[in-house]
Amino acid sequence: MVNQKKNIKGTLISILCILVFMAAVAVLENLNLWVPASSLPKWLKPTSMLFTVLKKGAVYSLIAVSLNLLNGFTGLFSLGHAGFMLLGAYTYAILCTPSSVKDTVYYKYNGSSVNFSMQEFYQSFLGNETLSMILGVVTTMILAGLVAALFAFLIGLPVLRLKSDYLAIATLGFAEIVRALFQWEAPFWGRITNGANMIKGFPKFSDFNIENADGKVVFYMSTLFPFIVAAVCIAVMVLIIKSTYGRAFRAIRDDEIAAEAMGINLAKHKMMSFCTSAFFAGIGGVLYAMYSTTVQAKPFTSALTYELLLIVVIGGIGSVSGSCISSFLFVACSEWWLRFLDKETVIGGFKVPLLRDGFRMVVFSVVIMIIVLFFRKGIMGDKELPEVAGKIKNRIFRNGKKSKGEAEK
Amino acid sequence: MEFIASILMSGISLGGQYALIAIGYTMVYGILRLINFAHGDVFMVAGMVLIYMVASVPWYISIPLAIIATILLGFVIERAAYLPLRSAPRMSVMISAIGVSYLLQNLMTYITAGQPMYYPDIPFLSDTVPVFGTETQWAKLITPVIVIVLIVALTQLINHTKIGMAMRAVSKDFETSRLMGIKINKVISVTFIIGSALAAVGSVLYFTNFSVIVPTSGALPGLRAFVAAVFGGIGSVPGAVVGAFVIGICESIIRGTSFATFSDAFTFALLIIILVVKPTGLFGEKITDKV
Amino acid sequence: MKKILALVLALLMVTVAFAGCGNTEAGGEDVSGEKVIKIGVFEPSTGDSASGGKKEILGMQYANVETPSVTIGGEEYKVELVLADNGSSTDKAPSAATALVDADVSIVLGSYGSGVSMAGSEFFDQAGLAAIGVTCTNPNVTAGNEHYFRICFLDPFQGSVLANFAVDKFEADKAYLLGELGNEYDQGLITFFEQAFTAAGGEVIKDSFPTNNADFTTYLNKAKAEGADVIFTPVSIAYATQIITQAADLGIEAPILGSDTLDDNKVLEAAKDTNIGLYVSTFYQEGGSPEFDEGIKAYINSNEDAKTSNGGNDTISAVTAMGYDAYYVALEAIKAADSADKADIKAALPGVVYDGVSGHIEFDDIGDAVRDTAYIKTSDNTTATWVLETVQKAG
Repeated sequence: MVNQKKNIKGTLISILCILVFMAAVAVLENLNLWVPASSLPKWLKPTSMLFTVLKKGAVYSLIAVSLNLLNGFTGLFSLGHAGFMLLGAYTYAILCTPSSVKDTVYYKYNGSSVNFSMQEFYQSFLGNETLSMILGVVTTMILAGLVAALFAFLIGLPVLRLKSDYLAIATLGFAEIVRALFQWEAPFWGRITNGANMIKGFPKFSDFNIENADGKVVFYMSTLFPFIVAAVCIAVMVLIIKSTYGRAFRAIRDDEIAAEAMGINLAKHKMMSFCTSAFFAGIGGVLYAMYSTTVQAKPFTSALTYELLLIVVIGGIGSVSGSCISSFLFVACSEWWLRFLDKETVIGGFKVPLLRDGFRMVVFSVVIMIIVLFFRKGIMGDKELPEVAGKIKNRIFRNGKKSKGEAEK
Repeated sequence: MEFIASILMSGISLGGQYALIAIGYTMVYGILRLINFAHGDVFMVAGMVLIYMVASVPWYISIPLAIIATILLGFVIERAAYLPLRSAPRMSVMISAIGVSYLLQNLMTYITAGQPMYYPDIPFLSDTVPVFGTETQWAKLITPVIVIVLIVALTQLINHTKIGMAMRAVSKDFETSRLMGIKINKVISVTFIIGSALAAVGSVLYFTNFSVIVPTSGALPGLRAFVAAVFGGIGSVPGAVVGAFVIGICESIIRGTSFATFSDAFTFALLIIILVVKPTGLFGEKITDKV
Repeated sequence: MKKILALVLALLMVTVAFAGCGNTEAGGEDVSGEKVIKIGVFEPSTGDSASGGKKEILGMQYANVETPSVTIGGEEYKVELVLADNGSSTDKAPSAATALVDADVSIVLGSYGSGVSMAGSEFFDQAGLAAIGVTCTNPNVTAGNEHYFRICFLDPFQGSVLANFAVDKFEADKAYLLGELGNEYDQGLITFFEQAFTAAGGEVIKDSFPTNNADFTTYLNKAKAEGADVIFTPVSIAYATQIITQAADLGIEAPILGSDTLDDNKVLEAAKDTNIGLYVSTFYQEGGSPEFDEGIKAYINSNEDAKTSNGGNDTISAVTAMGYDAYYVALEAIKAADSADKADIKAALPGVVYDGVSGHIEFDDIGDAVRDTAYIKTSDNTTATWVLETVQKAG
């Protein structure tokens, strides 16, 4: 760690970069309030794809970083992330859906057993609606993380002793069991989880927009909110990675036996990493629920975990900034930029071959395979943004600017 | 009685089909230490290929052709997606396998335009036959027989041929066998070829029973077969077969009870318990012909 | 080599990004200066429900060919359908919905499947768009919001209709209910069927199979062993075909009842040359409007893509008729609003009254269609066609 001193400057710069980026997001989303709509390009409307992609990107970067903490920094190959997200998302949906909505949502079970919501609980003694919503959501987020961490602890006790592939398969199995459990239709259980039906009606990103008395939005927060949550959580994870615990994690990753010989308690540190990762995956699950506005066990399959794993690998195993960058790129490519490939297009009387439904995903998976095969280290390798930026800056100044620009996308 | 008979029958035939897939997993793992996540999708593609072939050529030509096509696919996947990563960390190879699985599923969604495909009726295999007062297909009855024949052939291959010896050597010690002059890449290719061929045979039996293929059809049987391989001790061929029959029968029995919802959850719970209690599986390590 | 590849990839990304942006630019006029109004089609064309979604789109496309323009304020507007694939999955639905919003559509039709409709709902609401659900039958789609409407009947209605049918026709007192685990559509219908069936004094056995399951013999044998008088499986098309094929192999004698999803020619094909008694409740019966039948058959037969989407033949699915009606309801709303503006259309939609091929369409306070009829049809296993069994009214 010779360049520790240099890195302090780099860290400051990256914090500044993130703040500037977030401010830019806030400004972009609110431009339509300050500038007449006619002079604004379409993609800056608050409902445009840009913001949907940014929201999902922020959600995914939090989850990807939490997966990276486990797979990249501790070397524990876990495939149970979808399960932890599911636990978080359900905790949030069950605790934050207003009781007035619950009767309609739980129509199959004649109402829910959890007949209150966190917001109402706070409102009963605070009075202020907005404040109690924010408090309710934040409390539930932490609770959701704790629930996920608790389950991680329970499942971690037996399975963390397993070696790499076996651990991966055991955690994958755990996620599938959790999903089956949340799809169970037993009446008493359905009154809590709503069985196969989806839960909806809980606060979403758009509920964080600041409105005036007439219900007109005066400041858009819907994109900024997931960014703030993700930034805070990622910052905490970065601090953990930088602490002595983080160093112990990396020691375990590099050589378990050597780490143990150095006096690192393997079981304790593995468990710690596993639970921390699950905690933030749980919070990620809450954001995921807010993004998709409904909660159902169905999308939390192993396919979701694989997707996240691909993000981590594309970004670079062991790089926090890499995971963030690749989250945004992954979401933007799969959901936005490549969408035109799904449409049959005729250019000047010539029908472009191959273009029809599903082609987008084929192209996308080919791109992923190319990255996995030829750019094995991913975008960032195991380096972080300040490090890479500094290096490139030293070499050629112009290129340094470009890579930063790319990174901020 | 009919109920029990039919449960056992579907359990055994299901087990046989899982066994054919599980061998592919277990052999590849034995040699490369790689969980080949794409194997279930190869199995699905084998079924799809046959559907498209039967449309133009009669079934007795298309079945061998489909098996050859699947072998080619397995071979190409290994050469294109796993060979370049031979020296990379194991996790990279596994990610590559996940990528291949993703690609195959998306490609098939594109080709079939998202429509479920219908497996052709294959004479004899698709015909029904009364057994113990319930009707069943020939495919179900002969599955265990085919499995046993293939397994015997495979064990002979592993134990009594030169390439079999090379496979055993490689699975015991990768580096040393390379130093001894064994052509590692050839051995690995043969492993993938055998695995894919068995998966193709499995797919004929499986889809004759279940008749509809969608691009995600391979995922679940693949996962269950993998659990079977782990259950029996991954790397061991007899272990995979025993594991597959146990999983197939258990699954069928649970579906017959009121806890049908949890049939998959049970499979995975069993997996976790096995892993925790005896991480090497039932036959792990003890068996010498580990491939 | 690596550098070149990296460069090519980067270039590809950039072009793609530009193409993506280019696509989102859309105005009120197309290149020829013609006025255009866009209708968003929010349907699955990949994933589990692809086959149903495509048939629904087919109805809209045919209607669009039949009536390609609408008059607003004395001016002729060309109607353009904008398709967005929601992939039958709730996590892909938000971005598909946003793609429609970005394309400046004036109203949205869809989706096949209630889950995706609910997942996309919020995004339409934010953009001030009204949406017309075509065959999403879950009560929660329209409950608690102002912008989602639907033209089909609801699960509680359908479930009780089928339960009553089972009691009336087969004097059933034991029913076996089988649905997909975690699928809100299947489980919802099963619950309502159970409620109505037990209220009529019957007894039910319920089972769920996991997603992607392909072995139904154990379940069917269980139904047989328990002596079920009817089997009710409101599952999606791919499962339904397998259940029917396997039931035929097992020689199941109990009739199989299904919901609107089973009204599909793939299901018919599976039942062909078997002894299965298959009964489904649905929105439309071929012959209900000979003019429409003839027109759409001609359309399907003249267009290879359409034929593929329809599963390779020209049997008309109820969802196609519903898609057709949904398009005309949207046109009615546009005419009533006399404006291409989404807010005006949204305001005009609740008042729309339209007589479609599937019957009279009118919305209640919640936004649901006021419907009290379901057609129950049975399959003719020698000719693979549907035969109308009865028309069941509510109550």
